[in-house]
Amino acid sequence: MSRSPSVWGQAELALRLLSVDPTGLGGIWLRSRTGVARDRFIAALGPGLAPRKMVRLHPSVSDDQLFGGLDLAATLNAGTTVKQNGLLAEDNSFLVLTMAERAEVTLAARLSQNLDLGQHSLIALDEGVEDEALHPAIAQRLAFHLDFSGLTHRDIGNLAIRSDQIEAAKGRLVAVRIRADLIKEITLLAIRLGIHDLRAPIFALRAARAHAALEGRKALIEKDVVIATSLVFGPRAFLDPIEPLPPRAEEDCNLDAEATENKEQALKPPEDLLLEAMVATLPENLLDQLKSRAKARKAGTSSGSGERRKGNRRGRPKPSMRGQLGGANRLDLVATLRAAAPWQAIRRSAKYALDRKVHIRSTDIRLKKFEDRSDRLLIFVVDASGSAALARLAEAKGAVELLLAEAYARRDHVALIAFRGESADILLPPTRSLVQTKRRLAGLPGGGGTPLAAGLEAAMELAQLNRTKGLTPTIALLTDGRANIALNGDCSRIEAASDATAMARRIRDHQTPAIVIDTGMRQQTSLQNLAQDLDAVYLPLPRADAHKVSQAIETTLG
Amino acid sequence: MTQAFPFSAIVGQEEMKRAMVLTAVDPTIGGVLVFGDRGTGKSTAVRALAALLPPIRVVSGCAYNSDDPRACPDPDSVTDTEIVERPTPVVDLPLGVTEDRVVGALDIERALTQGEKRFEPGLLARAHRGYLYIDEVNLLEDHIVDLLLDVAVSGENVVEREGLSIRHPAKFVLVGSGNPEEGELRPQLLDRFGLSVEVLSPSDIDSRIEVIRRRDQYETDQKRFLKRWSKEDAKLRNEILAARARLGKVKAESFILEECARLCIALGSDGLRGELTLLRAARALAAFESKLSVEREHLKTIAASALRHRLRRDPLDDAGSTVRVQRVVDEVLV
Repeated sequence: MSRSPSVWGQAELALRLLSVDPTGLGGIWLRSRTGVARDRFIAALGPGLAPRKMVRLHPSVSDDQLFGGLDLAATLNAGTTVKQNGLLAEDNSFLVLTMAERAEVTLAARLSQNLDLGQHSLIALDEGVEDEALHPAIAQRLAFHLDFSGLTHRDIGNLAIRSDQIEAAKGRLVAVRIRADLIKEITLLAIRLGIHDLRAPIFALRAARAHAALEGRKALIEKDVVIATSLVFGPRAFLDPIEPLPPRAEEDCNLDAEATENKEQALKPPEDLLLEAMVATLPENLLDQLKSRAKARKAGTSSGSGERRKGNRRGRPKPSMRGQLGGANRLDLVATLRAAAPWQAIRRSAKYALDRKVHIRSTDIRLKKFEDRSDRLLIFVVDASGSAALARLAEAKGAVELLLAEAYARRDHVALIAFRGESADILLPPTRSLVQTKRRLAGLPGGGGTPLAAGLEAAMELAQLNRTKGLTPTIALLTDGRANIALNGDCSRIEAASDATAMARRIRDHQTPAIVIDTGMRQQTSLQNLAQDLDAVYLPLPRADAHKVSQAIETTLG
Repeated sequence: MTQAFPFSAIVGQEEMKRAMVLTAVDPTIGGVLVFGDRGTGKSTAVRALAALLPPIRVVSGCAYNSDDPRACPDPDSVTDTEIVERPTPVVDLPLGVTEDRVVGALDIERALTQGEKRFEPGLLARAHRGYLYIDEVNLLEDHIVDLLLDVAVSGENVVEREGLSIRHPAKFVLVGSGNPEEGELRPQLLDRFGLSVEVLSPSDIDSRIEVIRRRDQYETDQKRFLKRWSKEDAKLRNEILAARARLGKVKAESFILEECARLCIALGSDGLRGELTLLRAARALAAFESKLSVEREHLKTIAASALRHRLRRDPLDDAGSTVRVQRVVDEVLV
């Protein structure tokens, strides 16, 4: 803790503040792989948050386990009702969610509901890499977001939480006075950092209050605010995934002093002192992260929250059916028991199997049935190279937008890949959110070479990946076909063309339906050949009539 | 158990608050859909509404919230026929809920232990005469949403399963909230909600500050804060009750009906639900404003909430349906 407060120092502080105000601050989201740092932090949780008891949750925890209910196994064994207590039933506990990145939206919804009631606090241990992360519904309800990646052995100290201090601070918490202008400054700061969620400033205020209480003050001072806001706002400044894309691509790579200054001028804040103070306390690498994330976002790898959801894809459960077990049939245990239940009294009086608690006959067997309908995924591969940009990128965009509208009406998933310069980027992973798709599309700049093969490769990989998830991919390629960048990044027309052909054949081998839309000024024979290699429909983009494209695609793809 | 944040203490979000109050005045308007950013007080408003509403009188031993022991759909299950006052139920419907939990199912516990075939009422029974709140309604499995909307419209839950045959009244106001960034609601379902509102984070700094200040006061000194706002809440409650009483007397002249129809035709909304809801909502608004007839102003005020989700969707129109409705309202209701 020599220069700026280290990550470890922040972690320690976050834990102490949370101990003072466990329910008000919601909890901590800790992104970290397993390791010494994480272990030591977890070990400190118990004593830190005492007298609350730790309750461990895992992402696949069932409703019965969470809320309590009938213990089916025990009930069957005992022949009388055996209830089990839910994990959330106990009031004085704090929850630790392991492998938090795997928590499905359903669990996220339940936990957020619980956090809203203000009875528990939650420590989400997130081991996710890259795109995997805790569901935002939970993340936004936790005051502190910590990231232990890059933390080395040397940075880790002892975590000692003195319970007498905490207890004393708890007593002082409510009485801490807050000047109106400090509330204002916290709010302004949030706006300036681009944090729109009002929970963040509320958390910052509570954290500041807890900090003042911890230091034994009766009133909030600037120092508390600075410390609290750097803890709460720091990670959130780049967390917000719904932040609209900046209009021009150049702008978001330099999120440093200059850009911040511009923003500040626009907002005309009354004082910048607080912001400066806060930025000064941010760990150094945070700004680097900010930059790298900004770049990543520009490259379009940022995940839409829709991507991992399986909710609508599981197939609609149909009523269970009477039938025989075996083969691929799955037993619907509950339905079976239900079918058997009314007969128990009669069957019990039967002459045989008197020792049985539950009498199930083969006629009771019920099987699970699902209506499995795989969804269609439309992958747009858009050429954003210099030549295309000159030609008809805007028209291509118009065509994609119309197709999107069709896709929306049919509840298809869409994904967007753009290729330009030397590589292809997945601008949008499969999603149903039109708003996002449209934003990404609008923010798509043109220019650079035409790495057609790379675009096709990205499309193929995405198609394969999503096929395993139960989606049916279709590729729509919009290009003017003058491939000039090969797969290895070399600028050679011949190699680029042969790479594109090879890639097209591989896509055909996977039997992914495709359509090629020629956005060039005039029709290209090379593209017609490519369409043949792809076993795809070739369609020259009709002049200034995007509607025709959409109709054509509709009829070709059915 | 902490008490809910007072409804009247919610800063701004006038449209959302108005929509919710109107469904309290006239539950037949048929539900509210709240779409907007995270952290804009969607859930806070719904939970606050429950505390605001007058208590209902129910048979204490009846799981179906009946107001009369004779009306209980499952008379054998009534353990206690005393009439008690209970707060208006607001039932949270979590994502991933099973159909069994929603409509009710065979009581397995009884069936297993006593071999008795008995219906265990689900969330729909609990929400009768109150509110059913679904956060992230756009992420709910489609078939559950279908089911909910069907019951919400018919006001009756019919269960035919596992040899059980039961029907019980389930009249509730459906409140759904969600973030359109995470996936859209099917257009067919949108239309079934009576009103829809769009909420945004307050853009002016003063109201943002006010939000945080009030939240802080509420969290640190709840008793005092609730006391301070209870008067406002009581006033609003009385207004709602008065409006309910007045509702039957509010007249709608034929020119108002005509204008409703003209609005809906101009907007090209399908079916007649638009007109009906618009009229009902305008009437509720008139009653709430202590008027005895529906005025053109009422239509103007409520048109966006009642119609914006019924437009033929142009999903890529960023201008949003609010603007389109407003444009048509300005044209039609000169």
